[in-house]
Amino acid sequence: MEKILEVKDLHISFDIHAGEVQAVRGVSFDLYKGETLAIVGESGSGKSVTSKALMRLLPTPPSRIKQGEILFEGKDLAKLSDKEMQNIRGAKISMIFQDPMTSLNPTMTIGKQVMEAILKHQEISKEEARKRAVELLQLVGIKNAEMRMKQYPHQFSGGMRQRVVIAIALACNPKILIADEPTTALDVTIQAQILELMKDIQKKLGMSIIFITHDLGVVANMADRVAVMYAGKIVEIGTVDEIFYNPKHPYTWGLLASMPSLDHKDMELYSIPGTPPDLLNPPKGDAFAPRNPYALKIDYELEPPMFKVSDTHYAATWLLHENAPKVEPPQIVRDRVAKFAQIVARKGGGSRG
Amino acid sequence: MARYVMKRIVYMVITLFIIATVTFFLMKLLPGSPLQNQEKLTPEQRQIILEKYGLNDPVPVQYVRYLGNLLKGDLGVSFQYDNRPVTELIGERIGPSAQLGFQAIVFGTVVGLLLGIFAAIRHNTWGDYTATVISVLGISIPSFVLAGFLQYFIGVKLQWLPVAFWEGFEYTILPTLALSVSVIANIARFMRTEMLEVLSSDYILTARAKGISNAAVIVRHAIRNSLIPIITILGPMIVNLMTGTLVIENIFAVPGLGEQFVRSISLNDYPVIMGTTLFYSALLILAIFIVDILYGVVDPRIRLAGGNK
Repeated sequence: MEKILEVKDLHISFDIHAGEVQAVRGVSFDLYKGETLAIVGESGSGKSVTSKALMRLLPTPPSRIKQGEILFEGKDLAKLSDKEMQNIRGAKISMIFQDPMTSLNPTMTIGKQVMEAILKHQEISKEEARKRAVELLQLVGIKNAEMRMKQYPHQFSGGMRQRVVIAIALACNPKILIADEPTTALDVTIQAQILELMKDIQKKLGMSIIFITHDLGVVANMADRVAVMYAGKIVEIGTVDEIFYNPKHPYTWGLLASMPSLDHKDMELYSIPGTPPDLLNPPKGDAFAPRNPYALKIDYELEPPMFKVSDTHYAATWLLHENAPKVEPPQIVRDRVAKFAQIVARKGGGSRG
Repeated sequence: MARYVMKRIVYMVITLFIIATVTFFLMKLLPGSPLQNQEKLTPEQRQIILEKYGLNDPVPVQYVRYLGNLLKGDLGVSFQYDNRPVTELIGERIGPSAQLGFQAIVFGTVVGLLLGIFAAIRHNTWGDYTATVISVLGISIPSFVLAGFLQYFIGVKLQWLPVAFWEGFEYTILPTLALSVSVIANIARFMRTEMLEVLSSDYILTARAKGISNAAVIVRHAIRNSLIPIITILGPMIVNLMTGTLVIENIFAVPGLGEQFVRSISLNDYPVIMGTTLFYSALLILAIFIVDILYGVVDPRIRLAGGNK
C-alpha cells in the first residue's frame, strides 16, 4: 500500500514555568492511502498533541517540536514556514474537532464558514465557491442546504454542526482527515450517524483518516489499524484484529479489560490502577511499569524497544523479549477476545463495516 | 422587532419620568435660594419675586405644574440668564459638549480597540506589557489631573496647542485627549481580555485549520466575537464621558453644557438644573437603547431572540 504520511521519532515539548513537559516522546508511525488509523489512549497520553502537531496547530511558544520528522509529499511538515503550512492546512490535510458546539464561529453564517476554506485554496469565483459549499453541505447530509447556508451555528443541532465541521474539512478534498474525538461530545445515536457519514465519505473520496479517540467501541467500528499511546509514546501498534484478538502490551490489556460490557452485569467495571506519570519528570524505564502488575525488574531500569510480533504488529514491552517469563493476558481479556471472535464469526468473516 | 422597539420606548419614557421626579425633589433639598443679593432686598420684594416664579407654592403643587409644562415641551425659563428659555440655553451650549464627547468616544474607542487587539496578539511579550501599563495608568489617573499635565506640557511648555478656550479645531484636541484616555484604557483592557479568550476558543482553531492566514483569522473571526462585551461597557462609558465633561469643560474653559450645569447648581437655577439633567438622562437612555440594538447587529443569537417575538 502507498504510504502517504510518515511520522518519525516525533518529540514535542511544552515549556512552562515549572520546566519542560515532554508531551510526546518519540512517536513513529506510517499512514497509508485510504486507511483509517485510530490512535487510542487515555487523557494526557499525547494523542491530541500528536494530531495537532501534524497540522502545526499547537501554539508556539509554549510548544515546540523538539525532534523528529513529519514527512508528507516529500516535505517535512515539522520544518515548513507558517506560509507554506497554511497552503497544506485545510487543503491537503484537514482536521475536525471534538466539540461541535464550540468549533464554529457563532457570528458568521454557515455558508461563509464553508466558503472561506474553499476560497483560500482554490482559484474560483465567489459564486462557484458558493455552489461548491452547497454541494458539500448536501454531501454531509444537510437538507435544504441553500437555505441553511444563510443560517448561523446556533440554528443547528450538535450533530448538524458536526456535519458542517466535516463539510469545512472536506472543502478541498484533503488527502488526510484528522478527527480528534469527533463524536465524544455527541449522544450515542448521533455518534453512530456521524461515524457512518465519515465511513461513507471516506469510501467516496478515498482519503486517509487519523481517528483520535479513547472509545474502543468506536475503534472496532472505524479503524483498519490501531496505535495505542501511553505517556507520550506508542506502546502497541497493529491492525485492528491484532490489537483486539492478540494484544501484547499489558496497557492494551488494561484498556480492553476496562471496556464496559453487557455480559458482565454483576461485575464492577475494571479500571487500570494508578494514574499516568507526570511528563514534567518522565520516569526512568517503562512509564507504565508502576501501574503494571506484570512489570519486570528491567521495566524500572530500561525502556523497552518495539518488539516485532508480526509484520504489522509491534509492541513495546519487555514481556516479548525471548528471556522474559511467559505471561498470558488476564482472564477477563481472554474472555473478551473470545467474545470478539464469536461476534465476528457470527457476522461471517473479519469484515468490519 | 417593531414591537420590541415600541416596548423599549415606553420603558424609556417611564425611566425619564422617574428621573424627573427624583431630581425635582432632590433639587428642592438644596440649601439656599435662587435669589442673589438677598440681603439687599426687602421681605416684600422677595415675596413678590418668589410669587412671580411660583416658588411660594407647596412643593407638590410646583411638581405637578412642572410636569404639566414638561409634557408641553416647556422646560421653563432660567432664573439667572436674563430669563431666557432653558431649551434655548441648552441648544446654544450643546454644540461644544457634543463635539467633545463625540470626538473622545470615537478616538478613545478606536485607539482602545487597536491597543487591546495589539496586546492580545502580542500576549505575554513586551508589547503586551506596555499596552497593559498604559491602560492601568489610564484607568488610575483622573482626567482632571491629566488635563492639568496636558495644559502644562503641551500647552505652556511646548506651546504646540492652545491651553484653553474654544475657538477652532486645535482648541478641541487637548480636552478630547484628556477625556478619551479613560475610554482608551477601559476599552483596551476589556478588548485584550476578550480577544485572549476568543483566540483560545475552538472556532479559532477551526479557522486556523482551514489554512487561512493569521491576519484573516484575527480580522474575520476574532475581532467581531470580541466586540460583544465591548458593546456592553460602551453604555456606562458614555455616562462616564458625560459626567467627565463637567470637569474637563471647566478646566479648558469650554462653553459647553457641563460648565453651565455646574454653575446652575451652585446658583440654585432650578429650571436649568432640571432641564440639563433631563437632557443628559434622555441622551443616556438613548445611548443604552442604541447599544442594545447594536448587540443584535454584532451577535446573530441576540438578534433572533429580540426579533422573533
